[in-house]
Amino acid sequence: MADQLAIGSRRGLKPALPLLLPAYLWLTVAIFLPLSAMVFFSFMTDLPLAGKDWAFTLGNYAAFFSQGLYATLMLASLRLGLEVTLWCIVIGYPAAYVLAKVLKGRSREAIFLLVILPFWSNGLVRIFSWAMVLREGGILDTALNAVLPFKINIDLMYSYPAVIIGLVHSYVPYMVLTCYLTLQAIDDSLIEAGRSLGASRRQVLWRVIIPLSMPGLIAGAALIFVPVVGSFMEPRILGGRTGTFYGTVIEDQFVAVFNWPLGAALSFILLAVVLIILALAAPVLRRAG
Amino acid sequence: MAGVQVANVSRSFGAHKALDDVSIDFADGGFYALLGPSGSGKTTLLRQIAGFDFPDSGRIAIGGESVERVPVEKRRIGMVFQNYALFPNMSVADNVAFGLSVRGEAKATIAAEVQRALDLVQLGKLGARKPHQLSGGQRQRVALARAIVTKPRVLLLDEPLGALDKALRVDMQIELKRIQREIGITTIFVTHDQEEALTMSDRIGILRDGRLVQEGPPEEIYDRPQSEFAATFLGDANIFRGNATGNGILLADGTTIAAAVGDRLVPGAKASCAVRPERIQISTGVVKPDTGNANSLKGQVSKRIFAGNNSTYFVDRDGQTLKVIVQNTGAERLAEGEPVVLSWSPDSTVLIAA
Repeated sequence: MADQLAIGSRRGLKPALPLLLPAYLWLTVAIFLPLSAMVFFSFMTDLPLAGKDWAFTLGNYAAFFSQGLYATLMLASLRLGLEVTLWCIVIGYPAAYVLAKVLKGRSREAIFLLVILPFWSNGLVRIFSWAMVLREGGILDTALNAVLPFKINIDLMYSYPAVIIGLVHSYVPYMVLTCYLTLQAIDDSLIEAGRSLGASRRQVLWRVIIPLSMPGLIAGAALIFVPVVGSFMEPRILGGRTGTFYGTVIEDQFVAVFNWPLGAALSFILLAVVLIILALAAPVLRRAG
Repeated sequence: MAGVQVANVSRSFGAHKALDDVSIDFADGGFYALLGPSGSGKTTLLRQIAGFDFPDSGRIAIGGESVERVPVEKRRIGMVFQNYALFPNMSVADNVAFGLSVRGEAKATIAAEVQRALDLVQLGKLGARKPHQLSGGQRQRVALARAIVTKPRVLLLDEPLGALDKALRVDMQIELKRIQREIGITTIFVTHDQEEALTMSDRIGILRDGRLVQEGPPEEIYDRPQSEFAATFLGDANIFRGNATGNGILLADGTTIAAAVGDRLVPGAKASCAVRPERIQISTGVVKPDTGNANSLKGQVSKRIFAGNNSTYFVDRDGQTLKVIVQNTGAERLAEGEPVVLSWSPDSTVLIAA
């Protein structure tokens, strides 16, 4: 593969331009321009709508540091991202292992379909269906009371666990897919070689399979952690009053309070924090992979 | 170190009988080749001995201890895989150390043992490299070092030289044999390459459709094949089919072929004779009666293939093409189309029951 790369680079960038341009043009128009506008907004005192006066200010950024509430919410969101990522690993990795190494043929396709199903349903529908399951007198409550001999009261709705459940459900497919890809690339003979050398299945898992699937775990974790930290839909609908996170505050600025400059500034602070976390984690993760 | 006994082992996958009542005794310290075409069950047998798969019935013992239900990690075997199966995330030294480290050996012991194993395969200086930085032959040596460093009771090799080019393969054959002699480990080697089986092993077992066809030292199987399959799979053979007489066979056209090797058969029974191509003399004139070549046939050269040190003649006789290999001694070469007489001794003719 190194040889192929060398040949590619010798040919230079020019022949690759027609292939690269559409994607980069699209990225420029669809992401870079709006994002630039947001950067601009984040330094304004007010929106320049309906002839309102505005000026440049750093006040939106200063608000984050002057009010402890924002930092507290940021920490809560980071904790939420960490917890959801961990649950996705705990639930997704074994599933990916079974898909990649145990199941073959038809049964693999069927299980795969079930994993991808959340992608095919609308996010709001998914969240409201959880609301029906989790609320008091809802599906979970009724079902458990029908089975159990004693009366219990299940009302998970509007709680932190409900937010976790909803987010894990939305994001676990990413972990399954990225881990499945790296696990599938691990040759079965490596597992057999490990066992022939006297390693138990558990030792083979920790010393061979997990290190070799680390790139998939890292990719999955990054794909989940970043959007979960900024999530607002699941916390708002499933969390109710307890569901106030950094993401919901940003959403409020845009939708309810109509303070776009503050919302934009809070967004960029979040972006910076996430980038710092990923940069700090990179060397550690690279060594592990 | 220990011998391996396989007794009446059968294994089916669905309706397919991969192994059908196979029994082989692998002597302690021997170098044993399992030879057969693909689908013959040779790899299945190796996997039963390794413990990756368990037999439906039968017994497998390593060093006298029954292991047919013991999982692979408890069998104390060493295995070299066809694609080497080196751990890509570990250095060469860590690959070799793996078996010792999962056993919880002390770090200093591991380092010393790893170095000794790498020295044995002549890779003493490459411990810090990653597998992808090695050539195919070097990977092969690492795989071997990794398999023997744990001092296994038996070394299993699954077509270990299949991925190497010819020159490197011959080097590795010699190297493998040297290392095997040096540590004296019982070695079982799966291959579909008959030349490899002949040159490397003390004994060969030929498998076909899950059954053991013949088993013994290479010379014995080559000189006294007990079936047409064994005769043609291990080396080349000209096969004549007919009915047994007292000391040979009678072909359909009335020709008799005398055979002094092989089983005595009931006269009249269907039988065949096998003759190795290099045992046949080819000449243009009449065969001298004193050469002891009691068997002679007339034919016509249809093709000659020159291969440097020898030539292969294809001789047509009554619709059958016979193969004759002649050492290149500088004598005159026969032209295609030339009428010839083939002759050979009954001592070179093996009688096989049909």
